[in-house]
Amino acid sequence: MESCFHCGEPAGAPARRALVLGSERVFCCAGCEAVACTIAGAGLGGYYQTRTAPASRPSTPIAEPAREIAFPGDERGEAALVLGGVRCAACLWLIEERLRRLPGVTRADVNYATQRAHVAWDPGRTRLAKIIGALRGIGYGAFPYDPSRAAAQEQREQRAALWRLFVAAFGAMQAMMYAFPAYVGDGTLSADAAQLMRWAGLLLTAPVILVSCRPFFAGALREMRLRRIGLDTPIALGLAAAYAASAWATVSGTGEVYFDSICMLAFLLLGARYLENAARRRAARALDPLLGVSPGRVPSVGAVVDVAPGQKIPADGLVLEGLSSADESLLTGESRPVRKARGDELIAGSINLEQPLSMRVTRAGGDTRAAAIARLAERGAASRPHLVEAAERVAHHLTWIVLVLAAAAGTSAADPWIAVAVLVVACPCALALAAPVVLARASGALFARGILLTRAAALGPLDRLTDIVFDKTGTLTHGTPQVTRTLPLSSLDADACVALAGSLERASRHPLARAFPAGGGEPLEAPLNFPGEGLEARVAGRRVRIGTEAFCQALCVLPPAGPAHPNFDGAHVFLADERGWLAAFELADELRPQAAAIVERLKLGGLAVHLASGDRREIGQSVARALWIENCTGAMTPQDKYAYVEALQKRGRVVAMVGDGLNDAPVLARADVSFAMGGGADAAQLRADFVLLGDSLQGILHARRIAARAMRLIRQNIAWALGYNVLALPLAAAGMIGPWQAALAMGASSLAVLLNAMRPLDAEPKWKASTSSFPSPSPSYS
Amino acid sequence: MESLYLLVPLSVALVFVIGWVFWRSLEAGQFDDLERPAHDILADDD
Repeated sequence: MESCFHCGEPAGAPARRALVLGSERVFCCAGCEAVACTIAGAGLGGYYQTRTAPASRPSTPIAEPAREIAFPGDERGEAALVLGGVRCAACLWLIEERLRRLPGVTRADVNYATQRAHVAWDPGRTRLAKIIGALRGIGYGAFPYDPSRAAAQEQREQRAALWRLFVAAFGAMQAMMYAFPAYVGDGTLSADAAQLMRWAGLLLTAPVILVSCRPFFAGALREMRLRRIGLDTPIALGLAAAYAASAWATVSGTGEVYFDSICMLAFLLLGARYLENAARRRAARALDPLLGVSPGRVPSVGAVVDVAPGQKIPADGLVLEGLSSADESLLTGESRPVRKARGDELIAGSINLEQPLSMRVTRAGGDTRAAAIARLAERGAASRPHLVEAAERVAHHLTWIVLVLAAAAGTSAADPWIAVAVLVVACPCALALAAPVVLARASGALFARGILLTRAAALGPLDRLTDIVFDKTGTLTHGTPQVTRTLPLSSLDADACVALAGSLERASRHPLARAFPAGGGEPLEAPLNFPGEGLEARVAGRRVRIGTEAFCQALCVLPPAGPAHPNFDGAHVFLADERGWLAAFELADELRPQAAAIVERLKLGGLAVHLASGDRREIGQSVARALWIENCTGAMTPQDKYAYVEALQKRGRVVAMVGDGLNDAPVLARADVSFAMGGGADAAQLRADFVLLGDSLQGILHARRIAARAMRLIRQNIAWALGYNVLALPLAAAGMIGPWQAALAMGASSLAVLLNAMRPLDAEPKWKASTSSFPSPSPSYS
Repeated sequence: MESLYLLVPLSVALVFVIGWVFWRSLEAGQFDDLERPAHDILADDD
């Protein structure tokens, strides 16, 4: 199957084709085609040559604001826009160019790190709504953003970190110059000149110690106050001891100086920290908008709030008035807008797209769904895989060993430089540093895919997975019944029957009623529920019944409808009025469209796939047949499922369970790894390690890929750090490693581990582009 | 050799001057986005 020219998704068959940029291109949907045409038409086709990642799929149909809307800040002619749908740097070029070519726009700058655009325009010539509309036309979401204090704080911290790094780097470079003559030592350097070099080194290293090394000393002080030995203590001790000893040597004119080593160590360690922070910031950026839902003003529960288009919805609530759509991609990973009409639920943190909405707040502040998801994600990051926990324990013990060994080696050899070398070389920074970065990045990468990781400890077993058990309802299938067949039994055609049934079932609370579209239809009079049987109402003066065959038959004496539909095997619902049968409907819980492809991929990945269904045996088996699942058990109670997973585990299998997260909490907790579909339900109530917020099974594949890469990086890092410490510690204690070698080895080791941790986690394999076209699944299993 | 007595203090002074210059450009926001300018060269602005 061909993939879409714009977004790279499989284009489906038959694919849309259009002449864009001089040749015929394939598109998956009208939205992609429209966006590509707009980009090409604006003379920005260069985007397709320079981009490094396919674009995100635009919302369909591309919604233009229906009328001119005044955004806050419109009259100022300046705004910060948060951008959505940005995939790579070429996107930013495209956005910037598009903005700059708009009439009336005077300035447009896009920042890659924060994914924000700053736009200035002439209020007399254009409006913010037009600018946002133009961006939407090329496939990006944008909404005005009030720069909060948190962002300013982050910027200050980042500048400070860069400043410290620069001072250390420049100091290291220059201190090396002054140390060089002493290292060469060919005797041409006079004693006075050597002393001059030492003084220069002393002077130059002072800012490195005072400015650059502040975080280490502050950390060591904090650890001392908490009476807990951490990673900063040995580093701070080593740096302080080395500087003090070198300074004394300079002043007294005897002994060795190691100013160059101090600066180099500071530089390498700060470099590692800088990279670590950058990686964390990037990983946390996905979660950021959730946490900063409404800085400052929090509306109270029960209040009525108006939300302008482009604004963030400030709290959870219900629509009172207005018809619009909301971008909930932050919370679900689903990029398509969701329609919002009176009575629909709004989620805090999502963005109102089209029209003004009036809402009543039901949950605000820390009670909102977004806040709950953010808390879950934070809790998830607090748990660690067993491997990481073990490494942290080792690191903690190692710190003590290092301190004791340093003191012992220093005093026994009566040489403070041996103590310094031990302190510096053996600090288990690398051991404790690199795993958390990988975990934070994994959590961020998963969230970007619409997967909420609530327990990072599950990453380990997910990597070693051997079996995956699906609960049928709500996972492989939609979980809600759908009308699969309509059999008209009178002159009324099928669509009219479904519409009539829909208007009847509006009055019903039966689960099967949800299968019918809640269309407008004719007004109902005197609806009457007969529990377990059906519903009767008057429509246009006639009595109409919907429900079981017997219930409808009793309306007036009707012949059995049975012979007309011999092949029905799902649930049946009948529709009749006073004059006779109108229609019979077959309802079934349909398979999700990607289910077959996902099962196939999991099997290709070497997993045994099981189906544990609570439904009748035949239904379970027909699903298993349609999906090629060999291990299928039907009619299982929750206890049976629990026992099933337990039995697999006793045979040494590592089992993942995929459920809807509500009814199967015990078995989800029993399995080594659990997935829950987070589509409809409140994600915060789901007890699972991974919540698929976007309600798409594809998330399982993404999670497996990301977990495998993350665990590989963690294993590599721990192996490297442990090996390094085991090798370096005895050498330093024996006095075979000088302070400068210790500084170099230690700094380089930390940096190497961090650079390894920064390798891509979610890079799709190169071959994926050609194989991503799924074998087309058979959508029904009748 | 005597030139060292001039050059070494001069180099120390120079280090502090360069540090000050860097501080100025840092505070002016030149280093706030380190990723995007690298990609600008690939885009042809006209």
